[in-house]
Amino acid sequence: MQLLTRRKLINRAALTLSMGAMVFGLFWLAWILWTVLQLGVTGLSLNLFTQMTPPPNSEGGGLANAIVGSLMMVAGATFVGTPIGVLAGIYLAEYGRSTLLGNVTRYVNDLLLSAPSIVIGLFVYAMVVAHTGRFSGWAGIVALALIVVPVVVRTTENMLQLVPNSLREAAYALGAPKRTVIMIVTLRAAKAGVVTGVLLAVARIAGETAPLLFTALSNQFWSTDLSGPTANLPVTIFRFAMSPFTEWQTLAWAGVLIITAGVLALNIIARVFFRQNNA
Amino acid sequence: MTVSVDSNGSVTAVSVDATGAAVASHAGGALLNTHSNLGLDRPKRDLGDRLFAGLTRSVAFFALLCLLGIIVALIYSSWPAITGLGIKFLISTEWNPPMERFGAVVPMYGTVLTSLIALIIAVPVSFGIALFLTELSPKWLRRPLGTAIELLAAIPSIVYGMWGLLVFAPFFAQHVQPVLASTLGKLPVIGVLFSGPPMGIGLLTAGIILAIMIIPFIAAVMRDVFEVTPTLLKESAYGLGCTTWEVVWNVVLPYSKAGVIGGIMLGLGRALGETMAVTFVIGNTNFLNSASLFMPGNSITSALANEFAEAAPGLHTAALMELGLILFVITLIVLVISKAFLARLARHEGAKS
Repeated sequence: MQLLTRRKLINRAALTLSMGAMVFGLFWLAWILWTVLQLGVTGLSLNLFTQMTPPPNSEGGGLANAIVGSLMMVAGATFVGTPIGVLAGIYLAEYGRSTLLGNVTRYVNDLLLSAPSIVIGLFVYAMVVAHTGRFSGWAGIVALALIVVPVVVRTTENMLQLVPNSLREAAYALGAPKRTVIMIVTLRAAKAGVVTGVLLAVARIAGETAPLLFTALSNQFWSTDLSGPTANLPVTIFRFAMSPFTEWQTLAWAGVLIITAGVLALNIIARVFFRQNNA
Repeated sequence: MTVSVDSNGSVTAVSVDATGAAVASHAGGALLNTHSNLGLDRPKRDLGDRLFAGLTRSVAFFALLCLLGIIVALIYSSWPAITGLGIKFLISTEWNPPMERFGAVVPMYGTVLTSLIALIIAVPVSFGIALFLTELSPKWLRRPLGTAIELLAAIPSIVYGMWGLLVFAPFFAQHVQPVLASTLGKLPVIGVLFSGPPMGIGLLTAGIILAIMIIPFIAAVMRDVFEVTPTLLKESAYGLGCTTWEVVWNVVLPYSKAGVIGGIMLGLGRALGETMAVTFVIGNTNFLNSASLFMPGNSITSALANEFAEAAPGLHTAALMELGLILFVITLIVLVISKAFLARLARHEGAKS
C-alpha cells in the first residue's frame, strides 16, 4: 500500500511540474508581449510613419525611412527567394525523391534551414560587399533571400509529397506531359501549403537583424537607392536600443511593436489560411 | 506537419478541377486537330519537359552551391588569420585589435557556456511542455496552447534582445541575482559560479534568454516524437497499472529517445548561432578573469555583431571571419548529429509499423 501511495505521489508531482513547465513557457510569452505592447504604444504616433530617424538626443522624428527600407528589402528577398525555393522544392518532390542529388540537396537544405543567420551575413559580405566595396540594400536582399530559400524548399517539398499519386497518374493518363502535371495539377493542389510556407518565410526575415548588420548596414536618411546603405527596421532598433538616449529608445520600442505585431499577424494569417484551405 | 488526413479531402477537390481542365483542353486540341498526328507532338513535349526538369534540377543544385560557397568563402576570407595566427588563435584569451593580437577562447567560452545554460534550463521545461501537450491537456486546449508555444519561436530575436536588456536584466539584477548569490552562492564548489556583483547583464542572463528562445524548438520535436509512440504500447502499460508518469518515463521516453536527443541537438544548434538576443545582454567584454556566471562576457556571434562592420580590413576582419568559420563548423556538426538521431527514429518507426 505504501508503494502505491509513493507511486501516486510521484505521478502527482511529475504532472504538476509538467503543468508548471507549460505555465513557465506561457509566462514568458505573456511578459514579452505585454512589455512590447505597453512600451511600444507610448512611442506610437503618425510621425513614426512620416518622419525620418532623428539624430541623437533630439526630440521628434520617426522611422519612415527604416520602415520603407525594410519593406523594400523583405519584398525583394521574397521576390527572389520564392521562385528558387519553389522550383527546388518541385525537384525534390517530383524528380529527385530518391536520387543522389535529391537526397544530398534535401540534407543540405535542412542544414541551411538551421544555420546561424549571422554566418549568412558574413558570406554575403565576402561575396558581395567585399567585391562592390560598399554596403548596399542589394546585399541585404541577397542575404535575406538566402534565408527564404530553405524555408520555401522545405514546405514546397512537404506539401507536394502530400498530393496523392493517383492525381498524377490520372493526369498522365490524359496525356499531359510531366511539366503540365506538376504546374497545373500537383502544384495547384498543394497551393495552400506553399503559400503558407512563403508567409512563414516572410515572417522569419521581417525580424532578421544579424544578416543585415554587415550587408545593408543602416542609413539615417531617406533613400530608396538600394545600391547604397539602406535603412531598415531591425538594425535601427538595434542601434537605438543600445544607445543611452531615451528618445531613441522610445522609437526603438515603437519599432519593436511594429515588427512583433507584423510577424505575429503573418504567423496567425498563415495558420488560419492553411487551415481554411486544407480543412 | 499534421495535415495529411484532413488535407486529402481538399486536395482531391482541387484536383478534380485541375484534371477537369486538363480533360477539356485536351479534348479541344483533338477537336481542332491543330497537330496532324501524335508523332509530331512527342519530341516537342519532351524538349519542354527536359527543359523544365533541367531548370528544377539546376535550381536544386543551387542549395548545394550555397553550403559549399559559405564554407569556401569563410575559409578564403579568414585565410590571413588561419596562416598568420595559427594555433595561437584557438588557445589565446587575448583579443586586442589595435595590437593585432587575436585569441578566440573568450568568445568560444561564452558561446559554449551560454548554450549549456540554455540547455540545462530548456530541456526539462520542454519535456514538461511536451508531456503536458500530449498526455495531460484536454483536447480542445492542445491546439491553442501548442500555437502559443510556437509563437514564442516566431518572436524575432531582436525583440528578445531589447526586452532582455531593458526589462529582464534590471529585474534579474534586483530580484533574482541577490537571491541566487545568498543561496547557491554559499555552496562550497558551485558557489563561485553565483558570486560577484549583480549587474543584470552577463553570461547567466544570456543563457536564460537563450533558454526561452529554444524551448519552442525542443518542445515541438519532443511533442511530435511522443505522439508517434504507438498507442498499443502505452495502453499495455496502462493495463499493467502504470501511472501516467510511469508510462511516459518507462515507455514513451525509451521509445522516442533518439528523437528526443535529436530535438535537443536541434535546440543546441539554434542556441549556438543565436545572435541578437545574446549581443544585447551578454555584456560584450573580452576579459575573462572569473568563473562567475554573473560576469559579462562575449560570444562568437556577439563579437561578430559588434565588431565586424567597423573592423579594419586585414587581420582583424580575417580573425572575425575565422570566428564565423568556427561557429559554422560547430553548428554544422551539431546539426548533423541531430539529423542522425532523428533519422534513426524515423527508421525505428518504419520497422515497427
